[in-house]
Amino acid sequence: MSAVADTAPPGAADARIARAPWVLSAPALMLFVGVLLIPLAMTVMLSFHDWGQYKGIEPVFILKNWHEIATDPYYAEMFWRTFRIAILTTLLTALLGAPEAYILNRMSGRWKSFFLLVILGPLLISVVARTLGWALLFGGNNGLVNKLLMSAGLIRAPIPFMFTETGMVIALAHVMMPFMVLSVWAALQRLDPQIENAAMSLGAGPITTIRRIIMPQIMPGVLSGAIIVFSLSASAFATPAIIGGRRLKVAATLAYDEFLNTLNWPLGAAVATLLLVALVLIVVGSNALIERRYAEVFR
Amino acid sequence: MRRNGPLALIFHTVFVIVMVAPILVVCLVAFTPEGFLSLPTNGFSLRWFRTIANYPEFIHAFWVSLGLGALSSLVALLFAVPAALAIARYRFRGRDALAALFLSPLMIPHVVLGIAFLRFFTSAGLGGSFAALIIAHVIIVFPFALRLTLAAATGMDLSVEMAAVSLGAGGWTLFRRVTLPLILPGVISGWALAFIQSFDDLTMTVFLAAPGTETLPVRMFLYIQDNIDPLVTSVSACVIAITMTALILLDRFYGLDRVLAGKGDTGR
Repeated sequence: MSAVADTAPPGAADARIARAPWVLSAPALMLFVGVLLIPLAMTVMLSFHDWGQYKGIEPVFILKNWHEIATDPYYAEMFWRTFRIAILTTLLTALLGAPEAYILNRMSGRWKSFFLLVILGPLLISVVARTLGWALLFGGNNGLVNKLLMSAGLIRAPIPFMFTETGMVIALAHVMMPFMVLSVWAALQRLDPQIENAAMSLGAGPITTIRRIIMPQIMPGVLSGAIIVFSLSASAFATPAIIGGRRLKVAATLAYDEFLNTLNWPLGAAVATLLLVALVLIVVGSNALIERRYAEVFR
Repeated sequence: MRRNGPLALIFHTVFVIVMVAPILVVCLVAFTPEGFLSLPTNGFSLRWFRTIANYPEFIHAFWVSLGLGALSSLVALLFAVPAALAIARYRFRGRDALAALFLSPLMIPHVVLGIAFLRFFTSAGLGGSFAALIIAHVIIVFPFALRLTLAAATGMDLSVEMAAVSLGAGGWTLFRRVTLPLILPGVISGWALAFIQSFDDLTMTVFLAAPGTETLPVRMFLYIQDNIDPLVTSVSACVIAITMTALILLDRFYGLDRVLAGKGDTGR
């Protein structure tokens, strides 16, 4: 902000301008190095330490935890479950969220902002409260959802939702839905409504218009929404812990157990490090793919 | 622009009902007059809201959450406002890397952050302390504080500052009398959004909180792990009411779509 406030000689002023942004961001930079980068590095190091029931954590360099994760099929199954749930949640949000964003975008002014508030608002409401809502709706064999589905004649026997992956995916999709709607919504804002009109004036029916005109243009929005939903679902904690219960573990709940119940911190740190690395690779990789495939949209 | 057909409106109605249902059911069950989980079909009662008073740990957790949210958002702004001005005003080497670093808490899973902070603060002798919670929350709410301040600083008319400088204002006066008032809406909205994020965080805080420093989401989570009864629905209903109030204020004051629009890009 002092860029224009210089009365010193030109050379000195240049030096001051060059220094100014670093002076301004120095406190935040020091904070981030001190209490974000160092703790993260410590966690990666922790995953190479030894641990025993009685000796606790031993600061040595061994691959014991990584070897255990690589060889014990329990961890492979747990990570596969984590990513399976994340993929299904992502598909569900994309299949329902994208059409909803499109419908929302075609509403008139006042209704549009009202429903946008209703759909995006839950994003800021406590995840614990929202998941509690699903636990109440699922609630055993005679929960509200099952009663409703049975009285509508859609199912004959109650579906178990609590402590199952089905229930986890539904509750997670509800928690993540605003991110998808928001992302597709943003893509729709960049879209020129005249193109849709042009397609129709050239004789395209509504389905052709959606498939050939709308879909290709909102696809980047769907995909970037999918990346957000996937990475948040794969590392979700509250919903899998409440809906999945103590047996159906995912990466985040397993790491929590290792840290606060078993107290095997090095093993928990290894699980967390693996989750972080896997997510960073997937997110960076798919971002690069999307940007290459849809380069013209981001230009 | 064409209108939505009947099929689209049916889809929309079902979609909205499903989005609202879990939140609505929590609020309804909170008003049950019965001693067990049920919808209030025999009239409404406030008994479960009164019961909260018998659980001082919930009240205490509420104050912890409130203080933590308010303080950590404020501290985050003290760091974020100068950083936002640097990123908004100057083109310098390392600018993109700096911005990426400051937004990185959005990309790192909170469970990983929780573990990293638990390890870090335990070895620093601060395990389970309120100070550790504040520092950890400053990091996770920082991106929200930064992003809204950045938006305000980028959209600011620089000629106003130049006019002030030509009239002899410098350094601190310029910031306090001209720059800050102009970016204030962004700063306040950044504080509010940061507060909500801090107030709602469970995943990271559950690793750091000890008895005495448990926040409300942590207390609720630990309670739900043992059993689900109408008490936790009435506590949830209060939390929802607080968030809704903040949400409506934020919408009136700044526009919710603008606040959330930034959030949609977290993955990029």
